[in-house]
Amino acid sequence: MAYLISIKLREDYSNFIFYLSPLVAVFLTLFFGSFIFLILDLSPIESFKIFFISPISNSYGISELFVKATPLAIIALGLSYCFKNNIYNIGAEGQLTMGAIFGGGIGLLFNNSSSILLLPSMILFGAIGGAFWATIPALLKTKFNTNEILTSLMLTYVALFILDYFVVGPWKDPDGYGLPKSMPFPESGRLPVLFDGLRIHIGVYFAIIICFISYIVFNKTLFGFKLRVSGFSSKASQYAGFKYKNLIFYTFIISGACAGLAGLFEVSGPIGLLYRDISPNYGFTAIIVAFLGRLNPIGIILSSLLIALTYLGAEDAQLFLKIPSAVGFVFQGLVLFFLLGTDFLNKYRISIK
Amino acid sequence: MKKQSLVLVVIAAIVVIAGIFYVTNQNIQKDVIDDQKKVGFIYIGPPGDHGWTYMHDVGRQYLEKELGDAVSTTYIENVPENADAVRSIRKLAESGHDLIFTTSFNYMDQTLEVAEEFPDVKFEHATGFKRTDNVSTYSARFYEGRSVIGHIAGKMTETNTIGYIVSFPIPEVIRGINAFYLAASKVNPDVKIKIIWVYSWYDPGKEADAANTLINQGADIIVQHTDSYAPCQAAEKAGVLAFGQASNQEAFCPNAHMTAIEDIWGPYYAAKAKELVDGTWKSEDTWHGFKEGMVEMSPYNEKLLSADLISEAKAIEEGIENGTFHSFEGPIYNQAGELVVKEGEVADDGMLAGMMFYVQGIDGEVPQ
Repeated sequence: MAYLISIKLREDYSNFIFYLSPLVAVFLTLFFGSFIFLILDLSPIESFKIFFISPISNSYGISELFVKATPLAIIALGLSYCFKNNIYNIGAEGQLTMGAIFGGGIGLLFNNSSSILLLPSMILFGAIGGAFWATIPALLKTKFNTNEILTSLMLTYVALFILDYFVVGPWKDPDGYGLPKSMPFPESGRLPVLFDGLRIHIGVYFAIIICFISYIVFNKTLFGFKLRVSGFSSKASQYAGFKYKNLIFYTFIISGACAGLAGLFEVSGPIGLLYRDISPNYGFTAIIVAFLGRLNPIGIILSSLLIALTYLGAEDAQLFLKIPSAVGFVFQGLVLFFLLGTDFLNKYRISIK
Repeated sequence: MKKQSLVLVVIAAIVVIAGIFYVTNQNIQKDVIDDQKKVGFIYIGPPGDHGWTYMHDVGRQYLEKELGDAVSTTYIENVPENADAVRSIRKLAESGHDLIFTTSFNYMDQTLEVAEEFPDVKFEHATGFKRTDNVSTYSARFYEGRSVIGHIAGKMTETNTIGYIVSFPIPEVIRGINAFYLAASKVNPDVKIKIIWVYSWYDPGKEADAANTLINQGADIIVQHTDSYAPCQAAEKAGVLAFGQASNQEAFCPNAHMTAIEDIWGPYYAAKAKELVDGTWKSEDTWHGFKEGMVEMSPYNEKLLSADLISEAKAIEEGIENGTFHSFEGPIYNQAGELVVKEGEVADDGMLAGMMFYVQGIDGEVPQ
């Protein structure tokens, strides 16, 4: 007897469940995560307390949560423009790096400046750097119909090598004992912090503003409508007279600029100089954040906080539970796995005959 | 369909809640002793690197065994040398750790930043040189071991080409290259070393690539100043010789591994933790070598090395221990041909600590 598994598109596809599924995914992650803790001979309740509560139990911890969540949120908000348009920009990490090189380069070029214009121009060039790096896959896509997933991903490595070149070569700090890092940015090129002694910086405001603008763009403008239409079907959007190629360009530039901003905030904020290891893969993690937030600006803010918390939780888990740092990544992976799973089951019906 | 999903969600919820009740009843609790001192470690890699971090972890376990219940230890692994390091170090300080070892050179500024904020916590920064009232520095004279392996390499190479894989152009690494070359060229004036910078302490992929490149360029001995055993494995595969790094890596490359320079941190860690418990800890700089037992050579591989060569190597070890041999004995010239250490003198610790030049005979330039 043969078993046939058939996968059919659901007719009763539910929008309600679409927005509910991140919660279900988090719920399932906690559930299966508790088995991981049980196997490790730890009490799940205590472990979850350490994983999700103890990192944010004081003001420093809350500030660190925002320090981690800010770049994730800004990048993911930018990516949501691409993803809504069914364009898969996987290269945010590279655009982030380029933003750091462009904006950081301004900071190093004018390292004697105490002008109040230094930081704004660094921020501007950070966004330009990221946008510039994103136009390359956009051009290749529109001119030659190249797969943007491949080109944007590959350009990430190119960007990382360019950063390597600068910090090992021309921009290396002469007093840096040979380490591949630049000299620190001048005080006027550092991102102001919101509270003394904490690292939370004004990038948070940018994240909130970008979230607000995106909400309006997606829901109240013709551009947002075009994005949604071409996301459903690029043919339909062309039939409606929308310039699909322009849409590809705009969305790439927006997401690149956001990633570049995030990169500049990271180097002029907590790090304070250029270094070859500036981002713990924010650009890739932001992809999870964007989908977990359902490409909805407010959802993205919430999911960036959740994912940031898994990073911090993994550190506390090492400290207090003495378990490896990889457990944090296991949780991130579980969240994404269950999210995709619930999405799939919401969209398709599986039956075995 | 919505009904079915709802039913599923409800079932899942019930299972979870039941599970939670089940495990809270068990309530696994750890015994905590009140006046126990807490010692924390920050690791650059995973303890499973079988090199640098592994040996620090061996030292940590030694400390725990020596001091028993008087201390408890914790570590955070894979801490990147970027903005995250501050948070990790701070977290240890904030959670009541009394003594914190940060075990990589690049944690220097981050360690000082946190130390300033927590004046009552003691910090120990490995291989650094910036000290304050509550920050000590410590390092081992790894270069003494480099003299031993340089001697062996000079005698063993047939192609007169030695491949040398290095991490960052910092004094510790440059010093190692020089000590190695001085010893090798002393017994074999024709010896050449080829150097590849991988700009990472732990990147098995890059380290293996570098080893293969060097082997293709004619190197028949691979030396490394990086943390993984990948170069030694690459040498084993290609049928050439190698030295292990930081720990005895013979198990990973039994037919290539001649010996290794081992870092022995345990006694130092135990001594410092003892000082903490006794209240006698003070900020100081420690730089120990063969004599104090912070550097040791792994057992020499008798399959690969002749008995004569092994006894020569052991003689160098003894010479360094009793002071009759120094890795940097004059006359030493730099690449420009200037005399930097006069005949009959040895390089002082100040020169060694800031060494950023190659000695005469090494091809290439120190990356600037």
